[in-house]
Amino acid sequence: MNFNGVGGSTVMYTAHFPRLHPSDFRVKSLDGVAEDWPIDYDTLVPFFEENDRMMGVSGLAGDPGVPPRNPPMPPLPLGRSGAMLAKAVNRLGWHWWPSDTTVATVDYEGRARCINLGHCTPACAQGAKASTDITYWPVLRRAGVELRTHCRVREITTNEHGMAAGVVYYDADGIEQFQAAEVVVVACNGVGTPRLLLNSASGHFPNGLANSSGLVGKNLMFHPYAQVYGYVADDTDSNRAPPTCLWSKEFYETDLSRGFVRGYTFQFGRGVGPVAEAVASEAKGLLPWGAGHHAAFRRLNGHRLGLSAICEDLPEQHNRVTLDPVLKDSHGIPAPRIDYQIGENTARMMEHGISHAKEILTAAKATDICVNSPILYGGWHLLGTARMGTDPARSVVNPWGRSHDVKNLFIVDGSLFVTSGGVNPTSTIQALALYIADQMKQRLANLFD
Amino acid sequence: MSTDSLLTPAQRDDLRAIAGIIIPASAEFDVPGADDPSIQADIVKTLGRDAGPVREALDDLARLAGGRPLASLDPPRREAVALELRATGGAAVATLTRVVLQCYYRDDRVVRSLGLEPRPPYPKGHELEQGDWSLLDPVRARPPMWRRA
Repeated sequence: MNFNGVGGSTVMYTAHFPRLHPSDFRVKSLDGVAEDWPIDYDTLVPFFEENDRMMGVSGLAGDPGVPPRNPPMPPLPLGRSGAMLAKAVNRLGWHWWPSDTTVATVDYEGRARCINLGHCTPACAQGAKASTDITYWPVLRRAGVELRTHCRVREITTNEHGMAAGVVYYDADGIEQFQAAEVVVVACNGVGTPRLLLNSASGHFPNGLANSSGLVGKNLMFHPYAQVYGYVADDTDSNRAPPTCLWSKEFYETDLSRGFVRGYTFQFGRGVGPVAEAVASEAKGLLPWGAGHHAAFRRLNGHRLGLSAICEDLPEQHNRVTLDPVLKDSHGIPAPRIDYQIGENTARMMEHGISHAKEILTAAKATDICVNSPILYGGWHLLGTARMGTDPARSVVNPWGRSHDVKNLFIVDGSLFVTSGGVNPTSTIQALALYIADQMKQRLANLFD
Repeated sequence: MSTDSLLTPAQRDDLRAIAGIIIPASAEFDVPGADDPSIQADIVKTLGRDAGPVREALDDLARLAGGRPLASLDPPRREAVALELRATGGAAVATLTRVVLQCYYRDDRVVRSLGLEPRPPYPKGHELEQGDWSLLDPVRARPPMWRRA
């Protein structure tokens, strides 16, 4: 998802904060698909922990579904919805756990604790939800970092040695500027980064910057979500609490008897408010017009339980970001064009998720079960279009984020992902960024060798 | 463009009439219909980018009503026109219905009727009960499920 502003996509997200699993870094070795990452989970653990402290993660240690971790704040309450869902999953004997979140459950580093406003996704009026504009940015500002807002970079320029020389950008007044740089670090995520690299083609790099492999923009991965919900007799928490509450790792690790390789996480929701319920129920044909409207709405409103299967998408080269031959932005910079099709493995995984989500809702005694698959408004995390690897012919950057082709160009965003995992990527993207920054610091003496 | 000029007087009349059919007033639930003047004013004021599809839906409605104001038709005919509009109107009617629903369900009287406080969530917030954490006991007893790699 794209949110252009200080804080980026952490401003516009649900604060759901899982990590990739150890197996996600070894998909070729373990499951014979895609590629292994050039680093492993253990390499990132110190940076996951540092990031959990910086962002402020609330959660509960002891989850058998994920490697050990110790969130610095206690978990969000189960609430009515979480307890109902937990009982249903227990009836099936499946895994669930209170999900990690960057919503602060106690006052934390200048952030006030959550008071259950419910509108977490489009930012928190209380300031309880972590976004990088209120977590990392104040630290960087104190360290003297200058931020130029309302600017848009057109291209990264290079010098006669094939090194990045700086960037050409348009400032807040639309005036073209040049910023020289010893090192260029790109963090525009899975669509913005390949767009910028492809727009930085030159005589020295005719196919786009850092693109000798031809992989810039290719292997675009998302997380298609299969959402299932229904209605129970008891009152749920509706929209009067953070929207996510539990996760389940029951179907995360590969089991070929399911008909697909790799897996997914179930992400459980607490419900929605009256306006969202009315609009969704009308669209699903659950809400009559006329005299029966009010009784029907009262049976639905405040009674919804739902969950989504967040499915691992495998890298496929035909899923890609290129430059649109016609469309340009307001500065005349060629726009990205996205070609994408949900793969067969992912589609089978989504069907599995739907049928098992229905089992959970049935166990919760829910009725009027509805399916949205894929959902339109979430899960389109932007990954894989400048992936890391040891082989310059099969990857765009090396195992510590430096371009194989341009020795002073680094990438620190979701485009690095070799595979997508079956979880929201923010925690892992941030851990990767910290890891790469640490690598740069440790290698300063020979950074460009 | 002023919000008043987004719809013609005839379109406003038809919007009011169809909104009242979608959500009629109810004495049982002590709520106004979506044809209530203040809800209608909210709809017109906040149409924004939905104005185009809503006008399109109202044009369809006028055509189905034979060019007559919907409110002037006898009740069975009004009902039939509304049913046909819902069945055949496509994306434009879906937009019109969404606009009616979203304005109706933010009206203070309607929100109160649902047992909710008509207020923004901030700064008072809401209470969220802890729930029964012993539900986790069987899950805690499971061995690690994640694969070591």
